[in-house]
Amino acid sequence: MESLMAYVVGILFAAAIYMMLRRSIVKLVIGLIMLSNAANLLIFVVSGMTRGAPPLLPEGADAPLGAVADPLPQALILTAIVIAFGVLAFAVVLIRRAYEVVGTDDLDQMKDTDT
Amino acid sequence: MNLELVLPILIPLISGALSVALWRSVRYQRILAVLATALLLAASVWLLRSTIDQGFLVMEMGSWPAPFSIVFVSDLLSAIMIVLTGIIGLAIAIYSLASTPSGHEKFGYYPLMHLLLAGVAGSFLTGDIFNLFVWFEVMLLASFALLTLGGERAQMEGAIKYVTLNLFSSAIFLSAVGLLYGTVGTLNMADIAQKVATLEDPGMVTVVSMMFMVSFGIKAAAFPLFFWLPASYHTPQVAVSALFAGLLTKVGVYALYRVFTLIFTQDVEYTHTILLWAAALTMLTGVLGAAAQFEFRRILSFHIVSQIGYMILGLALFTPLAIIGGVFYIMHHIIVKTNLFLVSGIVYRLLGSYELKDLGGVYKERPMLALLFLIPALSLAGIPPLSGFFAKFVVIRAGLEAEAYVVTGIALLVGLLTLYSMIKIWAEVFWKKTPEHVKSLSLLRGEVKTSHNWAYHIPVVGLAACTLYIGLNGQPIYELAEMAADQLMNPELYIEAVLGGAQQ
Repeated sequence: MESLMAYVVGILFAAAIYMMLRRSIVKLVIGLIMLSNAANLLIFVVSGMTRGAPPLLPEGADAPLGAVADPLPQALILTAIVIAFGVLAFAVVLIRRAYEVVGTDDLDQMKDTDT
Repeated sequence: MNLELVLPILIPLISGALSVALWRSVRYQRILAVLATALLLAASVWLLRSTIDQGFLVMEMGSWPAPFSIVFVSDLLSAIMIVLTGIIGLAIAIYSLASTPSGHEKFGYYPLMHLLLAGVAGSFLTGDIFNLFVWFEVMLLASFALLTLGGERAQMEGAIKYVTLNLFSSAIFLSAVGLLYGTVGTLNMADIAQKVATLEDPGMVTVVSMMFMVSFGIKAAAFPLFFWLPASYHTPQVAVSALFAGLLTKVGVYALYRVFTLIFTQDVEYTHTILLWAAALTMLTGVLGAAAQFEFRRILSFHIVSQIGYMILGLALFTPLAIIGGVFYIMHHIIVKTNLFLVSGIVYRLLGSYELKDLGGVYKERPMLALLFLIPALSLAGIPPLSGFFAKFVVIRAGLEAEAYVVTGIALLVGLLTLYSMIKIWAEVFWKKTPEHVKSLSLLRGEVKTSHNWAYHIPVVGLAACTLYIGLNGQPIYELAEMAADQLMNPELYIEAVLGGAQQ
């Protein structure tokens, strides 16, 4: 299972970077969405995919009984999803405004500020 | 409970929330902005005083012991950075009173500014690697919105590059945090440092360290990942440019200093050699880019890149003297660079352009302004007795002592080329005659309103005074940097301060 997930993460990263290298800004944003999902999935996989009970202590005990799942990666992913959601919402608004102002969705034509 | 440790984060957060509550009244938002940043400066000085007294300040959220709770830690480097944040925040708040267009103020300029300061302060103070990511995002989101306020074409184009590169770097950062957590099973930086040192196979950690280097390198605009900076930093209105120039890239540099002195010291030979060459190429490409430019703020933007190289050079040499030089350089650079951007804003107000060919004759009309430009410009180039000289001197001395002659030679050459760029600006903007086609502009007809002069000039004079103070009074500042470097070179002190309570 873990090796399958590792491949999925790798493919997601590769696809994300491929999309980010396209010239269209819509594809750029799709690439960014995939990139944040790839990072989240990576955290999930790398911290060990253990099958276990929720990490709750029975009343009166000092340590959980049996195997429990690590809650921390899930907390991290949850935070990261919320942040990524906010940032991507901004990015979508940005590309819309940019398209309106610049009049093109081609990154190659957005080079007034280069040099 | 160390109140002074959380105040630098709480003050901008609260004032940001209040500014949103006062959305309709720009007048109160302005008063609040100046008051809150002044308070932030006062709180940051308090923090620095108590950090000097106690060495480290640690605060554990929810009173859980250290590796389990989220901690805020202040060592001297953090405290120094927080003081600089306070200084720049106050300067920008005063300058914004005059320079920010009223449309921007109505669309939430002040709340965003407070949020940005909160994000920056949080990044400097947190002792938890995932929290660092969260504060980075707070800071970035505020900066995205500030960058696009106004919505001009150049801003949109710059913003797309800025947003994309920063999101990319955040994704790498997040992946690296995940991999690090998978390797050592903790997120507290002190705890990570302790566990990394005991790992049997440090290869994985070196891989992760490279990911951190790329991610923070993008945020700090190090070679070869800097091109978003000169594409975007000159596009927003000038107070925002100055704020970004002063603080944002330095957060990346701070993060590099933090992780590469505390956590990733297991393979210094490998990681810091890469940093060394990145530093050298950053310096060189930045300054060459600046030499090719003929727009005021673009030149200054490229110079941010080249100066970042000096700071990373201090880290890369990794000797006590080099770290002192790097810390000193950060202190000097934040003040000087913000000041230069603010001066460019005054020139823009007088002549209505940032293009060097459309500028000229400012010296004749405003000799004091020319002097106010010369102080930070010569300081940036490293002319004694200004602050930049001592900063460069320490870094280069450290380079010579470490026998890194090539890199040191590049650093010296870059100093010379910086002087060339500054002379170019001086000759074009201040010295040459005003070009014929700008004769009708406001300066020569005396149409510039003098009502906001104080708000334009107080920050510039104040920051120039800071530069002079650092230059003429180098010894105490150097000693401060020395103490900070001493803490950085002895990470066990940091680990002890954060985890000490837990082990007893």
